[in-house]
Formats: sequence, structure tokens, C-alpha cells
Amino acid sequence: MKIVVCVKYVPDPASQPRFTAGHTVDRENVPGRLSELDEYAVEQALRVVDAAPDTHVTHLTVGPPQAAEALRRALAMGGHAAVHVSDDALAGSDASATALVLAAALRRLTPDLVLCAMASTDGGTALVPAMLAEHLELPQLTFATEVSVDAGTVRVRREAVQATEELAAELPALVSVTDRIGDPRYPSFKGIMAAKKKSLQTWTLADLGVPADQVGAGAARTVVDEITARPPRAAGTAVQDDGEGAWHLAEFLATKKFI
Amino acid sequence: MAGIFVLVGHIEGQVGKPSLELLTLARRLGTPIAVCSGSAPEALGQYGAERVHVIESEDIGAHPIGWVQALAELAADTPPDAVLTEATPHGREIAARLAVRLGGGVLTDAVDVQPGPDGPVVTQWAFAAGFTVTARVARGVPIIAVKPNAVVPTPAPVEPAVTRARLVPDEASLRTRVVSRSVRESTGRPGLTEADIVVSGGRGLAGPENFALIENLADALGGAVGASRAAVDAGWYPHTHQVGQTGVAVSPQLYLAVGISGAIQHRAGMQTSKTIVAINKDGEAPIFDLADYGVVGDLFQVVPRLLDEIARRRA
Ligand SMILES: Cc1cc2nc3c(=O)[nH]c(=O)nc-3n(C[C@H](O)[C@H](O)[C@H](O)COP(=O)(O)OP(=O)(O)OC[C@H]3O[C@@H](n4cnc5c(N)ncnc54)[C@H](O)[C@@H]3O)c2cc1C
Ligand SMILES: Nc1ncnc2c1ncn2[C@@H]1O[C@H](COP(=O)(O)O)[C@@H](O)[C@H]1O
Repeated sequence: MKIVVCVKYVPDPASQPRFTAGHTVDRENVPGRLSELDEYAVEQALRVVDAAPDTHVTHLTVGPPQAAEALRRALAMGGHAAVHVSDDALAGSDASATALVLAAALRRLTPDLVLCAMASTDGGTALVPAMLAEHLELPQLTFATEVSVDAGTVRVRREAVQATEELAAELPALVSVTDRIGDPRYPSFKGIMAAKKKSLQTWTLADLGVPADQVGAGAARTVVDEITARPPRAAGTAVQDDGEGAWHLAEFLATKKFI
Repeated sequence: MAGIFVLVGHIEGQVGKPSLELLTLARRLGTPIAVCSGSAPEALGQYGAERVHVIESEDIGAHPIGWVQALAELAADTPPDAVLTEATPHGREIAARLAVRLGGGVLTDAVDVQPGPDGPVVTQWAFAAGFTVTARVARGVPIIAVKPNAVVPTPAPVEPAVTRARLVPDEASLRTRVVSRSVRESTGRPGLTEADIVVSGGRGLAGPENFALIENLADALGGAVGASRAAVDAGWYPHTHQVGQTGVAVSPQLYLAVGISGAIQHRAGMQTSKTIVAINKDGEAPIFDLADYGVVGDLFQVVPRLLDEIARRRA
């Protein structure tokens, strides 16, 4: 079986985000990393390998040159190969263009199972997995809190707003996972060393046959006109509880008409 | 006038507040056209839906892709000027797939939508709500997934024209099978995303039994109960109540954080609350940077006294 895990290189959530002149997230001039949530997807792929060692796992990313770091980190966790789609024309791409390019790469990789995280930690739109499923006409099983693959069928459990659901689909299929699915492993020293020898290919848009004018800022379906830092919330009053804390708080809630 | 498709959710005719909010926003942009399943609830006309498309299909409710097909078929008939959905996982999935199918552009997590010279202008809060973003769709149909509480739903009664269409799911719609679905029992409390008041508990609660304090406080204030991931991971409260980046994002009038430190991932889900109150014994906890009012103290002292004080004032 072939699994492809889609992983994204994102600005480190601990650092201050920056934006390009075109109001897109700057991924090149800030410290970045493999999106934390994608590690949960990598972990699930590796658990399939643990159970069925003939499984082949490829990590796939679309992103700037630095995005190779995310692939190396994923490879250090485990898996067999990585593909980095990188092209100057991709700068300023929105979710639609990213999904278009990922879909083209996935067509070439022909996986049985595509794994994504529920959302990226930067954009966090949770759009890409559903867009990929639509492009590739794959059944989608999203927000999984449990996943299992057996005899050509993938099953997931998910906690929807009103119900707990079990979904199933025949492979090929696309699954997105949440951070409830099981903690990702840390790359071992051996894993980090082994990752250096694993195949990491770089593909361009031309390799994928995606016309450059369908991606990048020029083709973006959505445009951001303005980004402004919200003024930090002015920290309000804090009282030290000396036995009267609850009374003071009740006063505050009463003036705000909450009680 | 332009048609705005509004995907409406209802349970046996009870239309959810977020759907009424969508109808209210749609009126700013054009003529609201509600799309729903089963029946045409009266509330849709009361909130300005000039047209209601009822989709008849057995199991469309659970299938985002069935809705995608239904909306795409309606759009092929009369192309909408915009499509509004709720920014739930279900609503986003529909928005994303529909955008690919219609060649539209999708914006998620809108906290405001206003008409503009080049189509709807969408306001979003990005990066744990640290930034305000204004965006629009430059190519194709604007598809906008809106967060709850973006607007106060206001009635504008009309007599809607109701049309019914039978959905014959295409093969792709059926490939994800719903093997089982167990609907969670209602807690009797308001829903987390819709509630005006949310009281959340964290690791400071020190055990599942102490969540009774949080529930009692929520009930005294008529609010919903939330929890931090630490509390959920410990198994103290169900995951469906988790507030934050990988839980639910809430934006109530009042958010009360009890025994929660205020990690960035938690803040991502509550930072936009109108008034924030924190109870924490550590005066250095980052939650106090956001709090309009904070009590530095032991929650096991403060919360019971607060409950007494609320009861006393009500008596
Ligand atoms: C990818 C990812 C996604 C995440 N998503 C989420 C998310 O959606 N939601 C979320 O909440 N977290 C999320 N987290 C986890 C987040 O980083 C924090 O670990 C978590 O929010 C901490 O929960 P807490 O504040 O309850 O616990 P802690 O950080 O341990 O804080 C407990 C607080 O309780 C106080 N306290 C203890 N005892 C008392 C007492 N008796 N009286 C008063 N105060 C007391 C302490 O002073 C402390 O400030 C995520 C993390 C990652 C990596
Ligand atoms: N540029 C990208 N490269 C690879 N995978 C991506 C990329 N963007 C998004 N994804 C995948 O889609 C998931 C959800 O991302 P998003 O739709 O941006 O919230 C991520 O966790 C990844 O699995």
C-alpha cells in the first residue's frame, strides 16, 4: 500500500508572524517548522507501516525552498521518501492554487491513502484536504480521532458537533486527522541520521504540467486587502483574593449586567 | 437583485441561530435564498429568505458532499452572487468542495461580511486573533464560511417562494459511508458557539469531579461549559467542549476562564470574546494579559463564594 502524507511548512507559532507586500503569510523570512498538527498525520502513516511493513510512505509538501526542512523532519520521524514541489511561480498562492498543485503531485504519486491534518497552524482554514478530495474525486473522511486501514477499506471515528460518527470508504481515500488521534513520536537520533539518506525529490510546476499562470499571486481567487495587528487587549483590573475576590468579581459582573 | 445562497441547518424545523445570522448577513449582500433539507421552517421567511430551496434526500444531512452536489445543481440553474455557510467542519468542507466545483473562491472564519464595490468584503481574525484581515474573492463565486455571532440576527419577514427538488446522489457522494452515528444527548445548556456566556475550566480544576463547580457557575449565569485541552486530555470533560485551536472557537459576550493558563492555542479559541474574566492562583499566568477582570486566587475558594454571591444577589 502507498500512503502520501501532505505536510506544510509554517511559521513557528511562537514567533511573530510577518506578511509579504502582497499580504500573504511570509514563510521565507521567519523561523519555520513542520506544522505541529501534521505530525499527527505522519504518526498515523507510520503506525500503518508498523503494522504492515510493506507500506510505503511519501511525505509531500508545496512550499518555498525552506519547506524542505518540514520534509526532513517528517522523514526523521519515519517514512521512505519525500517530494517537495517548489517553484518561484508559486509565491502568493492561495488555498485553491495550493490544492491544485498538491492534486497534480498526488496524481503522479498514485497513493491508496492520502493523509492530511485537520488544519494548518498558520492559515488554519481546513480547506486544502476537502479541495484535494474534490480534485481527485476521492472519498473524504475528515477530522478523524481514530483511523484504521484493513483489506482495502479505511474506517474513521470522528466527533462531529452533534454526534459521534463512524465513517468508512474503499481505498483510495483521503483522511484528515485531529490532535486527538495519538501523540506523534519524536525523531530518534537514528531516525535523523537515516533521514539524510532518504530520497527527497524536488518537482517544479513544469514537471507536473501545471501552467504557471494558474498559481501564485496573479491567479489567486482570494485577495487580502489589509492586515492590521489588533491592538493587544488592554489588561484590565486584577484583584488579589483576600477572601473578598468573589465579591469584587460579582460587582464587576453586575455592572456589566451579567448578573 | 442578486441571489445569495444560504445553507441553512435545522433540526425538525428548529433553525439554528447561526443560520439566522447567515440570513441576516445575506440581506446586506442581496436576496437571501435559503437552501435546506426536509421542510421549509417558518423562521426562514421571518428572517428574510425570499426563496427557499428544499432538497429532498434521505441522508443528505450527514454528507457534506451531498450538499455540494445540491448547491452545484442549483448554481447551474441560477448562478448565485455569493454562497454563505457556517464555519463548522461541515460548512467548511462544503465550501471547499463547492469552490473547486464552481471555480469559486472561498474565505473562511468571517467575523463580518459587508457589501463592497468588488463583491463582499470579509473580515477575519488571523493568527490566534492577533490580526484583523480584510479580504475578498477576486475570481469566481464568493463562498464564505461565517463564524457564529458575526451579527445579531434580525427579523425581516417576507413570504418566501418554496421550491422542492429531489437530490439523486451521484456515485461520488455515496463513497463515504456513514457506518454509525450516535447523536449526543443534549446537556440542556446553550451550545458552546452560540452561547452569550461561556465558563471554561482547565487543569487547575485538578480532577473531573470538580467540573461540577464549572457547571454550577455556567448554570448560575445561563452559560455554556468549555474546557482547555489539558482538562480534556486528562479525561475530565468531553472533547466536544474543548475551546481553542483544535477545539471550538467561541466569541461570547462573557468568557470566564477558571484554572486556565491562557496558552496561545487556547487563546486562539476565545481571544475575541467581548469580556474576559480569569480566576487563577498564578498572577503571572498569560490569561491575565487578556482579562478585563481577574481574580488572583484559589478557584476552590473563589468559585463557591462567587456562586453564593450570585445566589444572594438574585434572592
Ligand atoms: C497543536 C496543539 C493544539 C492545541 N490546541 C489546544 C486547544 O484547542 N485548546 C487548548 O486549551 N489547548 C490547546 N493546546 C494545548 C495548550 O498548549 C496548553 O497546553 C493548554 O491550553 C493548557 O491547558 P490549561 O491552561 O488548562 O493547563 P495549564 O497550562 O497547566 O494551566 C493550569 C492553570 O491553572 C492554574 N491553577 C492551578 N490550580 C489552581 C487553583 N487551585 N486555583 C486557581 N488556579 C489554579 C495554574 O496557575 C495554571 O495557570 C494545543 C497544543 C498544541 C501543541
Ligand atoms: N502547502 C502545503 N503542502 C502540503 N500539504 C498542505 C499544504 N497546505 C495544506 N496542506 C495539507 O492540508 C492540511 C490542512 O491545511 P489548511 O487547509 O491550510 O488548513 C494540512 O495540515 C496539510 O496536511
